[in-house]
Amino acid sequence: MTLPPPIFFLLLVLASATAYGAEVPTVDITKFAFAPKEITIAPGTKVVWTNHDETPHTISESDKAFVSKAIDTDDRYEHVFASEGDFSYFCTLHPFMTGIVHVRK
Amino acid sequence: MSSTTRLPSSEPVLDPGRRRALGCLAAWSGAAVIWTVAGGVPRAQAAGATGAVVKPGTFSFVQISDTHIGFHKEANPDVAGSLRHAIAEVRALPRTPSLIVHTGDVSHLSKPEEFGQARELLSEFGVRVHTVPGEHDAIDDGLSGYLKYFDHDGKQRGWYSFDEGGVHFIGLSNVLNFKMGTMTALGDEQLAWLKRDLAGVSRSTPIVVLAHIPLWTVYAQWGWGTADAGQALALLRPFGSVTVLNGHIHQVLQKVEGNIALHTAMSLAYPLPTPGQAGIGEPGPVKVPAGELGKLLGTRELSVVRGKHELALVDTPLEHA
Repeated sequence: MTLPPPIFFLLLVLASATAYGAEVPTVDITKFAFAPKEITIAPGTKVVWTNHDETPHTISESDKAFVSKAIDTDDRYEHVFASEGDFSYFCTLHPFMTGIVHVRK
Repeated sequence: MSSTTRLPSSEPVLDPGRRRALGCLAAWSGAAVIWTVAGGVPRAQAAGATGAVVKPGTFSFVQISDTHIGFHKEANPDVAGSLRHAIAEVRALPRTPSLIVHTGDVSHLSKPEEFGQARELLSEFGVRVHTVPGEHDAIDDGLSGYLKYFDHDGKQRGWYSFDEGGVHFIGLSNVLNFKMGTMTALGDEQLAWLKRDLAGVSRSTPIVVLAHIPLWTVYAQWGWGTADAGQALALLRPFGSVTVLNGHIHQVLQKVEGNIALHTAMSLAYPLPTPGQAGIGEPGPVKVPAGELGKLLGTRELSVVRGKHELALVDTPLEHA
């Protein structure tokens, strides 16, 4: 049996990662909650929030370091976390909805 | 709205105000009461009780709430139609209300076209409409979008006051001070303004306060309350007749604190669950079978009897025949 060249193997991994969205962490907004509520990513990573509710929501960092516009049903919001830190966020329309993004090297 | 046809045939001839109020009550599917506030002591009276209804010549106005113009999902694909329905009902009242108050969430997404459409529709009432902002009117850019269409005193603020019909009306904004994990707040600047505003009002003047989110804690887990409402109510406590009108929760609830009566109103867009309703878990739009929606949306007429500090409320669903 012939093993595939390492480069081919690497391409396969990258292709599947992209296809299944593993490279872009996604937070689902469903039933007035963020899922997952807590995620850990590396610096430079983009996080995508998708709203599945019939109600608009927003993403606002607790100190307003980043604030989204209204995210209506099926709309997305993206933010790239450049530096390390813990970023708590909430929905300004429903402040009981909270989440946190840990950015670690 | 025509009331006479809904009155039982055995009903004696009544004055028009009473006939209509009884008609509204007869149409209620839920617990029908008229609230009167006399000398700061609220009483609930059932239909037919003497003295429960409004006499002709009193000052009356209508509260509407949560029109969410721009919403077009399954829970109500035609919110503009629901507002038009309400306008037709109000215009058909035997006694034209002196003004309309709208307790917030005029728009759904704070878009200029939503505010524009709302203002156009609201003008069809034919009488002045006073609004307070809801959190849906403060998305993206605070109140700057809302105030382009609904700045009632030209001061570019969400709060204001005015006098009409012997009543001191106060419009408040409790949709800007959202902090993570907590309920909303009025904020110190607005509370200081409220104190100054009330300083010029005699204690016997009936006061009507408009604010979108309830000024009492209906259900903290869903943010259905205002963290610093207690400070506002403390300022209002010395007055003999205080009525607080709220929206936000899309259903009728009442609370009485001393001589302060607080009332939430039905929406004109879609129903929400009851506070903490079992099996639901979140305050999202409730979908109901076609034909049921109009029974859960509605308007409220309020009447003030001058000199008596009485205030009567009648909640009427859009579908009440």
